[in-house]
Amino acid sequence: MAKKISILIVDDEESVRDSLYNWFIEDGYHVECAENAKTALTMLQSESYHIILADIKMPGMDGLEMLKRIKSLKSDAIVIIMTAFATVDTAVQALKDGAFDYVTKPFDPDDLSHLIRNASKQISLIEENEILKDKVISLENVEDMIGQSEAMQVVFREIESVAQSNASVIITGESGTGKELVAKAIHANSPRKFFPMVSVHCGALTESLLESELFGHEKGAFTGAIYNRKGRFEMADSGTIFLDEIATISPKMQVELLRVLETKSFVRVGGNKEISSDFRVLCATNRDLKSMVEKGLFREDLFYRLNVVNINVPPLRDRAEDIPLLIEYFIKKYCASMNRPPIPIEPSALQRMESYAYPGNIRELENMIERAIVVGNGKKIMLRDLPLAKESVKPSFESLDDLGKKHILAILTKYSWNITVSAKALKLDRVTLYNKIKKYGLTPPK
Amino acid sequence: MNLEKINLISFGYFEKGLLDKIAMDVEREFLLPVRTREGHLDLSQFFEPSRRQYDGFRLLKVVDASFAEENDKTLGIFNVDLYIPILTYIFGQAYLNGRAGIASIYRLRNERYGIFKDEKILISRFRKEVIHELGHTFGLIHCFDPSCVMRSSTYVEDIDQKNHQLCRKCREQLGIQP
Repeated sequence: MAKKISILIVDDEESVRDSLYNWFIEDGYHVECAENAKTALTMLQSESYHIILADIKMPGMDGLEMLKRIKSLKSDAIVIIMTAFATVDTAVQALKDGAFDYVTKPFDPDDLSHLIRNASKQISLIEENEILKDKVISLENVEDMIGQSEAMQVVFREIESVAQSNASVIITGESGTGKELVAKAIHANSPRKFFPMVSVHCGALTESLLESELFGHEKGAFTGAIYNRKGRFEMADSGTIFLDEIATISPKMQVELLRVLETKSFVRVGGNKEISSDFRVLCATNRDLKSMVEKGLFREDLFYRLNVVNINVPPLRDRAEDIPLLIEYFIKKYCASMNRPPIPIEPSALQRMESYAYPGNIRELENMIERAIVVGNGKKIMLRDLPLAKESVKPSFESLDDLGKKHILAILTKYSWNITVSAKALKLDRVTLYNKIKKYGLTPPK
Repeated sequence: MNLEKINLISFGYFEKGLLDKIAMDVEREFLLPVRTREGHLDLSQFFEPSRRQYDGFRLLKVVDASFAEENDKTLGIFNVDLYIPILTYIFGQAYLNGRAGIASIYRLRNERYGIFKDEKILISRFRKEVIHELGHTFGLIHCFDPSCVMRSSTYVEDIDQKNHQLCRKCREQLGIQP
């Protein structure tokens, strides 16, 4: 047996308890017995059992009442109800109350084995589900959040310290630095992780649309509102709401938002019923909110309510040492999405990418890699696959004279300063070439 | 504790020499001498008229209390239909890591299932059942190896599928050289 399943037998008849105990320990289960429901509930407070086998008829509290109490303590507990006199009513009631099965005593040994085997499978599924949930969460923690630089380590530490609290957070940083990922990481590490994180892109919605989006609307609230609709604050109940581009919201919405944050309750557009929601607010902006407050463009009271904690995500140019890691990560990501093994990057292409300033930050780098994988030869990322390669032939901002000087020097060098041959190549006469050499101050190499 | 021997005690009427026919295989499996003898019990006290069966768990308790000895493993052998309150029947039962167990030949007979009597099959099943219950008294739990005698059997057909020997893993657990 991979793991020891624990069974609690609850029956007022000693012979039933003892014989079942004996039967199950021969199968290698960990078995304990209780003579009534009260004892069983006390035992369940200090110990967790995988399967509870309970008789329906017991003095004091009966099996069905005990089932209800167990389910209120631990909703995924596996309770099997046993009865000597089965009736449809009690069976239906037991199953309605969440019993795993309802069996009539006595039953065939084979049926008992099947019953316990099925219950064990259910336990494995529950445990597997928990493990997968944890895995999903841990994947979310690290997804796309790459960085060994000191600047990113500071961000990681800030995420860790703020995640467990309920404090509002403003995430600042240039466009494309990964502010939403920071919000996701905060949510995934918070006690609210099993509830949704609802994102709202405030900048993409008009004032009236944003209001309906955030608070929901009642049927008939406006033309086209043919159904009731839940708002984002309602959907984020027990979870987190992420308001991206918070600086773009109108003064009217700022007032409404402040009120919702203070009361944690709101009314749907066109409705009159107050709706409460327990949410945590995270928001992001690429603008300097403080200076907007000083200029009167953003409410000071709202700013202070949102800005309990501020996390600033550094631009990519300030953490250039993370670029190779990010390149490697995005190559893996996009090759995997195209069912290809990861491909290497040519050293010249890597060098070029490392020296680039990335005004669009990580988003720009990511797009660059995706494009290179799509347009490239599929074996290696070459310099020519990058949009950066074109920079070398971009029109120069140098003057015509500068270009002429460079070209004449290149031709002279090519023909070892042989004036006749160079003049011929440049389609000039020798005197003109001499004049230009003098004008540009060109000298042959020593 | 140094174990001295295994006692096979028959209660009731059995085919002549039945215990002796399996004693040698039991000795070979557990590397302990096997003694066979008859025991006497008033089985009517264990009869449950509503079920027309005998209370296996109470019989086990009596065998343990009145027939088992400290340094031995003792198996009570019956020729009656055994049950425990929760189950319709049992082939046998034992105290895990205890000193006593019981087994019944009643449901091992082909004739109970409307098939012709077969002495060879009966002895084969009986041998496996005795070794299985004794295995529990030695602390062995049900084994997942399909050929191991400690595999759980809820039908006689399941008993026919397995060997009368312990698998390597169970032997190792008992400290017996495979």
